[in-house]
Amino acid sequence: MSAMAILSIFVLAIFVGFEVVSKVSSTLHTPLMSGANAIHGVILVGAIIVADHSETNLELGLAITAIILATINMVGGFVVTDRMLEMFKGNKK
Amino acid sequence: MSRTLYDLIGLAAGVAFILALKGLSHPKTARRGNLIGAFGATLATLVVFFYANPGSSLPLNHLGLILVAMAIGLLIGVPAARKVQMTQMPQLVALFNGVGGGAAALVAIVEYLHLGAGATTAEVIFTVFTVIVGCVSFSGSVITFMKLQELMTTRPVIFPAGRFIIAATLVSVIGVGGWVVNALGTAPLLILAGLSLLFGVLFVLPVGGADVPIVISLLNAFTGLTVAASGYVLDSVLLIIAGTLVGASGTILTRKMAEAMGRSLFGTLFGAFTAKAQDATGAAEERPVRSGSPDDVAILLNYARRVVIVPGFGLAVAQAQHTVRELADLMISKGIDVAYGIHPVAGRMPGHMNVLLAEANVPYDQLLEMDEVNPTFGQTDVAIVIGANDVVNPAAQTTPGCPIYGMPILEVNHAANIIFLKRSMRPGFAGIENELLYDPKTMLLFGDAKASLTKVVSALKAL
Repeated sequence: MSAMAILSIFVLAIFVGFEVVSKVSSTLHTPLMSGANAIHGVILVGAIIVADHSETNLELGLAITAIILATINMVGGFVVTDRMLEMFKGNKK
Repeated sequence: MSRTLYDLIGLAAGVAFILALKGLSHPKTARRGNLIGAFGATLATLVVFFYANPGSSLPLNHLGLILVAMAIGLLIGVPAARKVQMTQMPQLVALFNGVGGGAAALVAIVEYLHLGAGATTAEVIFTVFTVIVGCVSFSGSVITFMKLQELMTTRPVIFPAGRFIIAATLVSVIGVGGWVVNALGTAPLLILAGLSLLFGVLFVLPVGGADVPIVISLLNAFTGLTVAASGYVLDSVLLIIAGTLVGASGTILTRKMAEAMGRSLFGTLFGAFTAKAQDATGAAEERPVRSGSPDDVAILLNYARRVVIVPGFGLAVAQAQHTVRELADLMISKGIDVAYGIHPVAGRMPGHMNVLLAEANVPYDQLLEMDEVNPTFGQTDVAIVIGANDVVNPAAQTTPGCPIYGMPILEVNHAANIIFLKRSMRPGFAGIENELLYDPKTMLLFGDAKASLTKVVSALKAL
């Protein structure tokens, strides 16, 4: 992909990121942070890709470790966010 | 699977992440938003197994090992997230962020080992960036975890010439980073990773207790950026979108948290470099305080017209949210006007108290935010402070130079009577003495918050 296309995606994603959270109330700061935290767990995708094309045992070992860590980040992140938000249910006026 | 289909599914996952963040910003849609995010992440992960990267073929190499590694991650992550107590959630989020940063750094190291002569300068720079920031995020998060778990002191750790050491470390990280970019080699990269880990530790050590959540949020944004940089190197639009979204929203969130605490981001991160450590007053223990029994508290409450409950971390530790609701209901049945005064950063994370009280089904309309409740303390007969300290400490308004100076507080000092439920005379998380404890209109009730509240409830029932 061309550098220009990537730059465009990057800049637009920055503005979307700014915009979507601009009106969050302080009550939801923690769950939002936790949810965003889970989203960057998609580095798992990157970890799987590098595991696929690792050639030496060192590379493979590092990639496998990365997969374990990224899975913890992603899955644990979504589960813990859901548990936080579970507490809010049934309390809306 | 064709490249087009692969990219389209990646785009769908990217959209899911945008909708997830959008949903998480509103109470009504928050839970659904999180599920949409989980759906997007699952989709993105599944699709990797069905697309052969150029020069590779299906099934993926080392498929068995990859699946085993994911299973191990699941077996660690899910139970940790399900079993953690509400009080320990902040440090778990810090830890999850740390492992994410660590994963990004490892991915970048593998990529780096792989970069051949054909690599562009931009690829090398982004890879090295990911190694640096991923390592900083990892070690920094581990330190925040240790602070929140109280495995180490929660106070700012300031050492002689600390800022020079930190500045020198940063300069060497950048210098070695430049070296690694120019001279592709394994040894320089390992030195760089080590220096970056050290910088993460030094960067977080001087941050004081109450500011730790802000740092977690910042490191979260950092990890997002590393994911975006990895996306560039690995040619994955999805990683670029997801990482950038987290980086941008995390930056905004960090600023909002800092605002909620009434301080500039700069002051939070670098204040500890310049501020002097507060002397813990040795004479404090000997000063007289007025402590009361649960019966004294019940009598005081029985004759009050308006009571404001100020919950803090002690409430969370004692798991006393249900008992406090019982007390509030009892007072309401006696015709007493009851409200909760919620400080935005009471507990260990913004919104911590809201989550806790929501668990005990406390009605939303009884929860007053700081701006609503502060003007009413003048007409309040009794303010009950349950396991909170720093968020009601008048030193934030009266003592320039103390670590929490400038943080907005709940002005319980304007109430006619103050009751502190405390475990001990230990100062709060920020480690600052609270003058209010020695105020003549203050009554202290020592003990575990839940046990004390239970006694107060039965004493009040008996009246």
